Amino acid sequence: MSAAEQINGFSEEEELDLQAELEEGYADIEERYAVDTQQGFENVLVIDNIPIIDEGKKQRLVDRLRQLFAKAGAAIEEENISMPWDDSAATNKGFIFLTYPDAQQAENALRVLDGTAFGKNVLYVNRFGDIERYANMPVGEGELPTGWKEKPYVEKDHLRSWLGDNAGRDQYLTFRDTDVSIWWNGRNGVAEPVKGADGKPLKNSKWGELYLQWSPLGTYLASLHRVGVALWSGPKLDGPIGVNVLRFTHPGVRLIQFSPCENYLVTWSDEPLENYENHSIAALRETFGPEDEGNHFVVWDVKSTRVLRTFPADKPAGANADEASRMAWPVFKWSPDDAYIARCNVGTGISVYELPSMGLLDKKSIKIEGVQDFEWCPMSDKDHAAKKDGKGKECMIAFWTPEVPNQPARVNLMAIPSRTILRSKNLFNVTDCKFYWQSQGDFLCVKVDRHARKAKSKKATFCNLELFRVREKDYPVEVIEFKDYVPQFAWEPAGTRFAMVSSNDPNFGQAIPGVVVKYNIDFYQLDPKKGDFTAIKHLDGKIANTLVWAPKGRHIALATIGSSTKFDIEFWDLDFTVDERREGSEPGANVTMLGTGEHYGVTDIAWDPSGRYIATSASSWRSSPEPGYCIWDFKGQQLAHEPKDRFKQFLWRPRPATLLSKDQIKKVRKELKEFSRQFDEEDAAEENRGSAEKLAQRQREISEWNAWRARNNKRIDEERKSRGKERKVQEKVEEEEKVEEWVEELIDETEEVVVG
Amino acid sequence: MKPIILQGHERSLTQIVFNAEGDLLFSASKDSVVNAWYTSNGERLGTFGGIKGDGGHNGTVWTVAVDSQSRFLVTGAADNTMKLWDISTGKCLRTWEFLTAVKRVAWNEDDDTILSITEQRQGQPSVIRIFPINREDPTSQTDTPLTEMRLTGSKATVALFAPVSDYVITGHESGKVAKYDVKTGEEVNFVDDAHRGEITDIQLSPDGTYFITSSKDKTARLFDSETLEEMKVYTTETPLNSACIAPLRPYIILGGGQDAMSVTTTSSRAGKFESRFWHKLFEEEVGRVKGHFGPINTLAVHPQGRAYASGAEDGFVRVHWFDESYFRSRPFGDLEPEVEV
Repeated sequence: MSAAEQINGFSEEEELDLQAELEEGYADIEERYAVDTQQGFENVLVIDNIPIIDEGKKQRLVDRLRQLFAKAGAAIEEENISMPWDDSAATNKGFIFLTYPDAQQAENALRVLDGTAFGKNVLYVNRFGDIERYANMPVGEGELPTGWKEKPYVEKDHLRSWLGDNAGRDQYLTFRDTDVSIWWNGRNGVAEPVKGADGKPLKNSKWGELYLQWSPLGTYLASLHRVGVALWSGPKLDGPIGVNVLRFTHPGVRLIQFSPCENYLVTWSDEPLENYENHSIAALRETFGPEDEGNHFVVWDVKSTRVLRTFPADKPAGANADEASRMAWPVFKWSPDDAYIARCNVGTGISVYELPSMGLLDKKSIKIEGVQDFEWCPMSDKDHAAKKDGKGKECMIAFWTPEVPNQPARVNLMAIPSRTILRSKNLFNVTDCKFYWQSQGDFLCVKVDRHARKAKSKKATFCNLELFRVREKDYPVEVIEFKDYVPQFAWEPAGTRFAMVSSNDPNFGQAIPGVVVKYNIDFYQLDPKKGDFTAIKHLDGKIANTLVWAPKGRHIALATIGSSTKFDIEFWDLDFTVDERREGSEPGANVTMLGTGEHYGVTDIAWDPSGRYIATSASSWRSSPEPGYCIWDFKGQQLAHEPKDRFKQFLWRPRPATLLSKDQIKKVRKELKEFSRQFDEEDAAEENRGSAEKLAQRQREISEWNAWRARNNKRIDEERKSRGKERKVQEKVEEEEKVEEWVEELIDETEEVVVG
Repeated sequence: MKPIILQGHERSLTQIVFNAEGDLLFSASKDSVVNAWYTSNGERLGTFGGIKGDGGHNGTVWTVAVDSQSRFLVTGAADNTMKLWDISTGKCLRTWEFLTAVKRVAWNEDDDTILSITEQRQGQPSVIRIFPINREDPTSQTDTPLTEMRLTGSKATVALFAPVSDYVITGHESGKVAKYDVKTGEEVNFVDDAHRGEITDIQLSPDGTYFITSSKDKTARLFDSETLEEMKVYTTETPLNSACIAPLRPYIILGGGQDAMSVTTTSSRAGKFESRFWHKLFEEEVGRVKGHFGPINTLAVHPQGRAYASGAEDGFVRVHWFDESYFRSRPFGDLEPEVEV
């Protein structure tokens, strides 16, 4: 259709309009029809950092590039590659243009090609439109990009001030209804609200929206909201936004996970991210880009509150919606030094991402056919220190693959980032494997649930423990076989012992109301001479199903949780000695029960970071019949019992690792009596002060009461008198009236016939 | 402190009262009978309306009140009647008929006036009526009340005479506490949000200068009878049905438990059916007495503070005589308020 025809086709009115428009001048029109350099080129990409070659190698380069692109999944025809040529130097200019059939394919190519290696060169891919856009950004001459907001520098409040408490007390948080309080855990369960500088208890009405979580070192308090996550830090757990309060916008967030060193955060929402380009909330517009649409996971940098990368959900929820809803959390697992984050793609491999770039390690996932699960090996304090000096070992993961025809199931230890298999162990008749690393990374226990050889159903009926000694040469493995099912296993933190629960009760696994399942509990210890694990204590017929070690080891609580009739808690000490001589006789001799307790309706149990106190809580979220919490000491003495309606959460504030060196700790241990003397005095003074305060308060209450009563009595007497009535004087309680009761009881009755 | 268990009712208890000397206990129940008991041994002295056709109530007896001379008893019931009884003979002296059930009755301190609260139902408002009582000729009582207070707004659930009997203090379904002039029927004072739930009981202190209320909002509160100023709050974790003030010792006794409807069958412990002793001044719980296997509906304390009794949904009344140790114990050391009897 030519222009002439077009004009002819116009009606008279339209022609008039056109005339008027022309009169207005061309400026308007130009503006309106200006060619947007970004439009129309969505399908064009610029690839930079191409090797510089001369005419002779041009064809070869193009062929090689096409091969690479095809392999990466972004194949392109030769005629769609254009290579600008520098005629004066008779070489190419080091970049090429790719024209894809549509924007979608170009977008895909951008994702897969950017950062790929081509020989020695790393290719950089950009949208054609972006080049112009960024080139035209108003930078320089003191001008800042649009949207730049200058923020004055604000001093951060001390993030770890709570550790400076004179009495070295721990903090805990209680969440009741919508009310969140933070307390100091004083001696003997005396709670004192944590107060701000103004002397008022810390309170924030925003905290109680969904649920709360401490970061692993206790620096941040994370509160979940419908619109995202907020982290609160500093002595007030409040402050300016972006300084002591960090906000992470993620609509519908449900689960969060901190990295072990608190540098990063993963959030998960069951609502996919939308395209927020034109959203009314600025935070959403600024946080997420169009490439984040549809994703469920977000990896954040904590300090800058920036998105590092977003990920889609694991499986599309659909046929197996039920299974998807029971997603195992965490999906992303952090290496202990915050260097990597990894995710298991069940059946195909493990994707390891480097931080903070969030790029795939070596640009590709680790391909492992059939992989089911993996865990990172934790690092000891020594390892962390070594890593800081740049002398550390590689990280390590353990993963397992199930049986396939002609190939047994296998547990592997792999070094990251070198991907060397360090140890591999074959297993047979495997239903499931679970990894339990000792907290320092010294030992790994693989709990292998097994089924009978010829069994039709793959239901696990017995269990093996495969114990890897990770610090020794060649990673020796010891196998302990059980005939029973083992529902619980736990390493002593930083220790050489472990505890496990087994059950041969036929009622196990069936929820029969009123039937209490019996368990056996065993303790094992590493024999230092022989170098293998031996049983040191066997407890028969226990009802406890949950093992909780104290964070410093030695003490363990055995609890019955999830039963509708039993709520017992037992407190055990593994090194209980009355006199020194008994020590070192036989290994199990010192395993002693210190006490027992009961917390009706208990749903959760947790040690405080010092290992001196233990809190049991009953949460209304788990529909406990009596919500509330109790605090016990390690001996099993109940220090506090707080039944609270609509109680939800009890959380100890974690502590970072101690700054004392090994020698300093040893010194304190040795001279404990010296050290404790000074604290004994303080404790005594504290006790007096506490009771004195209370006493004064009570005395005040009593005197107020007495004064009020006297006033009132006087008033009422006068009133009575004015009406001519006598105050009814209660006659002095007359001598207690003795009520005597005669009770006749017939003891025996016999009839005798007296023959006269 | 072995309790004396009074097993004479077939249905749950609604109200129990001691007489002024504390040797008798009167219990009202949903089985339409009122019983009188010797408190010293739990023997039943007699019944009021036990045999059909002798002028007894014909429906749940909601409330019972005894005069200070133990001569007359007043009862109110779901059969829309209020009755006056001769305690010594067990005879019904007089019956008043109303349009709705009688939920609460009370004597004034001079024994010459009673009050009644009738239920708000079938378009009838909740009404508080004050009747004079002719003590000389008990069979001839007037039908016309001295005062009639037709309540607007939330209905009254409990009431009593303030000391000197000029005022009636009421507790309402909405949680309101109010004070009405006996002569004019006018509301002279009120606290709208005294409680956040229905007020279930109201009992006066021994000298009448303050009173305690219990409520479904799980708290009990102490108020000044003159100003209706809140003095103390006792917060528990269960809905409360009754509260009373113990003479001699600075304690109050609270009773309640999960609603009969929401009681689970698992264990009596989950229901929280204990009587709770709280320190009157320090607002701290000092002890509990177990025993009932249903919510406690009513509590009464011996006027000389020697015993207390609890009546529950399970149909039993338990009379507890305090041990010597109860009078001796000083849980807060030397801190003791002035004794009142």
